[in-house]
Amino acid sequence: MTTLDRLGLYTEMVRIRQYESRILQEYHADKTPAWDIGAGLIPGEMHLSAGQEPAAVGVCAHLRKGDAITAPHRPHHFALAHGVDMNAMTAEIYGRTTGLCQGKGGHMHLFDAENHFSCSGIIAQGYPVACGQALAMTRRGTDNVAIAVAGEGAANQGAFHESLNLAALWNLPVVFVIEDNDWAISVPRAGSTANTSNADRAAGYGMPGVRIEDNDVEAVFEAAGAAIDRARAGDGPSLIEVHTLRLWGHFEGDAQAYRDDMENIDDRDPIPRYAAALTAAGDLTEAKAAEITAAADAEVDAAIQFALQSPIPEPADALLHVFA
Amino acid sequence: MTTTESPTRRITTAKAMAEAIGHEMRADPNVFVMGEDVGAYGGIFGSTTDLFAEFGADRVMDTPISETGFIGAGIGAAVEGMRPVVELMFVDFYGVCMDQISNHMAKIHYESGGAVNVPMVLMSATGGGYSDAAQHSQCLWGTFAHLPGMKVVVPSNPYDAKGLMASAIQDDNPVIYLFHKGGQGLVWMEKNPRSIADVPETPFTVPIGEAAIAREGTDVTIVTLSLSVQHSLDVAEQLAEEGISVEIIDLRSLVPLDRQTVLESVAKTGKLLVVDEDYKSFGLSGEIAAIVAETDPTMLTKPMSRLAVPDVPIPYARSLEYGILPTRDKIAAAVKDLLA
Repeated sequence: MTTLDRLGLYTEMVRIRQYESRILQEYHADKTPAWDIGAGLIPGEMHLSAGQEPAAVGVCAHLRKGDAITAPHRPHHFALAHGVDMNAMTAEIYGRTTGLCQGKGGHMHLFDAENHFSCSGIIAQGYPVACGQALAMTRRGTDNVAIAVAGEGAANQGAFHESLNLAALWNLPVVFVIEDNDWAISVPRAGSTANTSNADRAAGYGMPGVRIEDNDVEAVFEAAGAAIDRARAGDGPSLIEVHTLRLWGHFEGDAQAYRDDMENIDDRDPIPRYAAALTAAGDLTEAKAAEITAAADAEVDAAIQFALQSPIPEPADALLHVFA
Repeated sequence: MTTTESPTRRITTAKAMAEAIGHEMRADPNVFVMGEDVGAYGGIFGSTTDLFAEFGADRVMDTPISETGFIGAGIGAAVEGMRPVVELMFVDFYGVCMDQISNHMAKIHYESGGAVNVPMVLMSATGGGYSDAAQHSQCLWGTFAHLPGMKVVVPSNPYDAKGLMASAIQDDNPVIYLFHKGGQGLVWMEKNPRSIADVPETPFTVPIGEAAIAREGTDVTIVTLSLSVQHSLDVAEQLAEEGISVEIIDLRSLVPLDRQTVLESVAKTGKLLVVDEDYKSFGLSGEIAAIVAETDPTMLTKPMSRLAVPDVPIPYARSLEYGILPTRDKIAAAVKDLLA
């Protein structure tokens, strides 16, 4: 990895974090004094990805035009890292006509046909769809790949196991990415999963599986590179489990009283840690870091302004788009 | 539409379905078939007869018993622009894959604000009458039709089976295609003679969303679909000898539903019987009643009548099963009650 590669990973992680931080702020800003999940300019559930940036950034750094991602209910980091337009995504989160889905999808259902990016709010159910996208890529003779993303809780769903078998059986160019953030809402991994590593489960389906500890973006980058190269070469699917960190609640409004891992949680934040490592290696200066953060803030601010200035859909438009 | 010059042959509904799929596969390399036993077997109910021999395992793909996995894979292929024809062997198996069907196949176009199309066909076998009992005999078309985002077609005969399949594959929307096992013309199951009929050899389409007047009449309207159309035609022939003139509307599509044809017939006869092999309550028969009531309830000269499965699971013993299915005897009795 070059300094440029490392700065690229860092820059993208900061970009995502600044985005999520600003959405957090805007989301809560008009839900006071009586907190109402359906109130405000950003209504509905909100699942933010702070702390999980390494998984998205390390994987998406290897993707190119035509590669697909199915993301779960917590999709912003993968969307941004994959090149989904920040303005259109933000307008969708605000439910505006200029949004990716003209206000029909919202934050859990982002669809970007140009970038082959989609979400499913149903746990593990993006996995089969990614297999089908990979099947189409294979049938067309391209070397594109499909990335299927879900959390560790999803690995106990039937769709996960059916998809792993199908992908291995048909030798599909899929990379299954599991973000193990230790918590399936309030249930810790130890309370839901007999196996301690989903890499072992991959072995059960005859595909390579790796588990990356410490939320290490460079380790994700290396593992994803190998898995994606393998898929592009026609050598079949792989699984990568990233032991990551859910810095905030499952959804905004989650008081997290159940969490027993909050002490010194900020010490585990992957972004300052990576900044320190880059600084120590001489790849990053304080001035450069400030410049990266300022550029991200400016982009995010422009996206928020774009959303706020965009029209609200007409109620009658709810009747459109049931059928093509 | 029909190519009248084309030579016809008498073929089964199953063969007609497979023939339409074959035509579309030849015309469009994006069309392929997936499902359990659709390959060398040719589909348990014959829907992919002979396709494997012509197109091979690459385009007629046997799948593992993983309905969530392969229906989801069909969706993924469809959003990438392929046109998969996916078979769910029995519609009763919907329970293990309904999330992919309802939350994904049917919703992606809407959720995406129209940006993403899902041009796939999900075909499945429906219906009872041969003692396959509660988990292998349901119709469930009302369940799919209730959920927005899927077209639902239900052919009753070989001609419509071929034409509706061609339309379904060419459609840019997800289409649920429900065929009745008893209407397939299978050699290993009791079948109505109408399950084998003249069908043109050349490709043609039957438009989705248009009901057919399967028989014209003046005294009473039967609105029905699938195998019950065949039964109703048998009954109408028998009642004609008694001087009773029955009009039969074969809905063919539930989504979209051809309300106009139903209303015109009911306005003409003033009497309405809905015959439905699906469950009675909260379903198709109630929907037809609502359409009439919302339009003009005074067009009925007598309260309408419904003959449907009386809200029980389909039982096993033949005496029990035929006790609850809409048989010819029950259809004839219901018509006579309306005219009494």
